Amino acid sequence: MAANNMRHALFCAIVTLIISFPILGLSLEAKGVNITLSGAKTSTYVAIVLAAVAVFVFQTFRDTFMGALGKLPNFNPLAGREPMEQTKRVKLESWLLTGIVVFALFWPFLVSRGSVDLATLVLIYIMLALGLNVVVGLAGLLDLGYVAFYAVGAYTFALLSQYTGISFWMALPIGALLAGLTGMILGFPVLRLRGDYLAIVTLGFGEIIRILLNNWTTLTGGPNGIGGIPEPTLFGMEFGRRVKEEGNTSFHETFGIAYSGEHKVIFLYLIALVLAVITALIIRRFMRMPVGRAWEALREDEIAARSLGLSRTAVKLSAFTIGAFFAGFAGTVFASKQGFISPESFVFLESAIILAIVVLGGMGSQLGVILAAIAVTILPELAREFSEYRMLIFGAAMVLMMVWRPQGLLPVRRIQITLNKQG
Amino acid sequence: MQDLLYFSQQLINGLTIGSAYALIAIGYTMVYGIIGMINFAHGEIYMIGAYTALIAITGLTALGLAWLPLILIVALLCAMLVSSSMGWAVERVAYRPVRGRHRLIPLISAIGMSIFLQNYVHLAQGSRNIGFPALIEGGFNFSADGAFEMSLSYMQITIFITTLICMTALSLFISRSRTGRACRAVSQDIGMASLLGIDTNRIISATFIIGAALAAVAGLLLGMYYGSVDPLFGFIAGLKAFTAAVLGGIGSIPGAMLGGLILGVSESMTSGYLSGEYKDVVSFGLLILILLFKPTGLLGKPEVEKI
Repeated sequence: MAANNMRHALFCAIVTLIISFPILGLSLEAKGVNITLSGAKTSTYVAIVLAAVAVFVFQTFRDTFMGALGKLPNFNPLAGREPMEQTKRVKLESWLLTGIVVFALFWPFLVSRGSVDLATLVLIYIMLALGLNVVVGLAGLLDLGYVAFYAVGAYTFALLSQYTGISFWMALPIGALLAGLTGMILGFPVLRLRGDYLAIVTLGFGEIIRILLNNWTTLTGGPNGIGGIPEPTLFGMEFGRRVKEEGNTSFHETFGIAYSGEHKVIFLYLIALVLAVITALIIRRFMRMPVGRAWEALREDEIAARSLGLSRTAVKLSAFTIGAFFAGFAGTVFASKQGFISPESFVFLESAIILAIVVLGGMGSQLGVILAAIAVTILPELAREFSEYRMLIFGAAMVLMMVWRPQGLLPVRRIQITLNKQG
Repeated sequence: MQDLLYFSQQLINGLTIGSAYALIAIGYTMVYGIIGMINFAHGEIYMIGAYTALIAITGLTALGLAWLPLILIVALLCAMLVSSSMGWAVERVAYRPVRGRHRLIPLISAIGMSIFLQNYVHLAQGSRNIGFPALIEGGFNFSADGAFEMSLSYMQITIFITTLICMTALSLFISRSRTGRACRAVSQDIGMASLLGIDTNRIISATFIIGAALAAVAGLLLGMYYGSVDPLFGFIAGLKAFTAAVLGGIGSIPGAMLGGLILGVSESMTSGYLSGEYKDVVSFGLLILILLFKPTGLLGKPEVEKI
C-alpha cells in the first residue's frame, strides 16, 4: 500500500508540474510580428515546485491526513446543539431580514457617493439572484442564459425611451412583463428537455440574443449600445440640475434645497432597494403557495410529482416565467442606473456570476442568496489587488462548493409543522 | 462555373473547420457516453492545448530548430501531454468527488472549472490575443476564368490528414485494444463492467485523457488555421463542438465525426451566403432545434429513463 501510495503521489506531483510549468512559467509576448518567449519570475518557479511538493506530500500521507481530519474535534460551537426550533428559526430569519432592510434604508445617508453607487449594483444583483433562485434553486432548472432576460428588460427600456420617450415608471412593468413573456415563449418548447440539455439550450439562447443585439445595428446600435436613457423621476420631479422634460419640476427646487448630485444616486439606490424588497417578498409568498411547493416537488422527483397529478410543463413554465420577469425588472433598473447599455453587459460571464451567487448562497435559500450577492459583489471591490483574481476564485469556489457543500452556505430548510398529539 | 467554385470553396472551408470540431467533439461524446455528464471545461482544455503548442513552437524556434515537421510534431506531443494531464487532473479534482450526485451538481462544478481554467490562462498569459505563426503556407489554386479563385491551402490539407489519422487511430483503439473494449463495456453498463473486474475509475480517467489529447490536436490545428489564440478561444469552440456531438448523437463516436462535419459545412455556408456575423446564431439555432425535435441526434441511441 505504501509503495502504491508513493507511486500515485509521484504521478500526481509530475502532473502538477506538467500542467503548471508551461502555462505559468513561460509567457508569450508579442513583439511586433514576432512572438518571444520569456521566463517568469523566480518566485513563480519556486511556487510551482512548492505546489508539486505539497501535492506529493499530501498524496503520500493521504490516508493519515484524512484520518487525522476525521478525528479532529469539531470546532463548530453549535455542532452539539439541537437544531433550532422551526418557529424560532423562521422568526429569527425574518427579524434578520427586516434588520438588513432597515439598516439599508438609512445607510446611504452616511457614506460616500461611490459606495451608494456600488450598493445599487449589489441590489440589482440581489434581484437577479433572487429571480434565478426560483429557476435554479427551487425548480431545479439550470438556466445558463438568464442574462438574456436581463438584457430584454434593459433593452426594452432603452429602446422605448429612445423611440417613444417613455419614463422609467412606465418602462418598469413593461420591461418586466416583456422579459417574462420572452421567458414563457422560450420556455414552452425547451422545458421538455432534461436538465443538462436545458442548460445548454438556454446558454445557446442567451448567446443568440447577445449576437442579435450586437448585429442588429439599425435597431439596437450594435456594439455602440444605446445611451441617454432617462433617470427615474419622483412624482414628476427630476434629479438633474436642470429639468429636461417639459412639465417636470426639479427635486431640489421643489424642496428648496441646494442641488447635489448625491440626491440622484441615493434616490436610485432607494428605488433599487424597494424593488429588491418587493422581489424578495413576492418570491417568499410564491415559495409558500402551492405553486412553490410544486416547484420543489418537481425538482426532487419528477416522476413522483407527475404521478401525483402535477403538470410538468405548467409548473416549470411558471418558474421560468417568474424568474425571467424579475430579471426584466432588474434590467430596467440597470439601464436607468447606467444611462447607457451595450451588449457588453450581457455576456455569458454575467450569467455565470449570477449562477455563482445562487450556488454559493445555497440553492433555494433567500437569506443565503442575499448574503452571497453582497459578498460576491463587494469583496472584489474591497480587495482591489485581488480583483483580477475574482473570476479565478469564483470558478474555484463553485467547484469546491459542489464538492463539499452542494447545499450552499446557508441551506434552505423545509418549513414543517408538527402536529400535537391529541389526548 | 463561378458559382460552383464559390460553393466548393465554402465546402472546403466548412469541412476543414468541421473536422477540427469533430476532434473536440469526441471528448464531449466519450465522456457523456460513459458518465453522462457534459464536460463543460473541455473547451478550455482545447484552448490550453493551443497555448501549449504555441509556447512549444516559439521555444523550439528560439532554440534554433529549423526542420518544420520536427517542430510541429514536438509541439503536438507537448500540447497533447499538457492537455491530457489537465484533463486527468480536472476529472480527479472536480468531477470524481461529485460523480453520481444529482445531474446539475457535476455540471455546475464543470462550469466552475471552465471559468477557473479560462482565468488561469488569462492571468498567466494575458488577455490579449497572440498571433500564431503560419508555419504551413501556400496551397493549390483553381480558377475558372481568373475571376474567383478557389484555394485549397496546405494548412487545410494538413488538418484533413491529421484528423483522418487521429480518427482512424481512435477507431482502432476503441475496437481492438483491451482498454478500448473496456471503454465500450463501461459505456454500456458501468455497474456490470465493474462487477466483471474492470477498473472503472481507470477507464473514466482514460476517457478524459483521450478526449483531452484529441482536443489538443485540434487546438494546434485550429490555432494555426485561425492565426491567433486568446483565453476565450475555447469557449465558443467548445460550444460548437458540443453542438456537433449532440447533432451526431451524444455518446456515439462516429456521430461526433459526422456532426462535426455537418456543423462545419453549415457554418461556412452561412458565412458564405448570408453573413459571417450570424454563423454562431445558425449553429446555436441548429443545436436548439436538434435538442427539441431529435434529442438523440443522428446516430444516437434513445435514452430510456428507468424508475
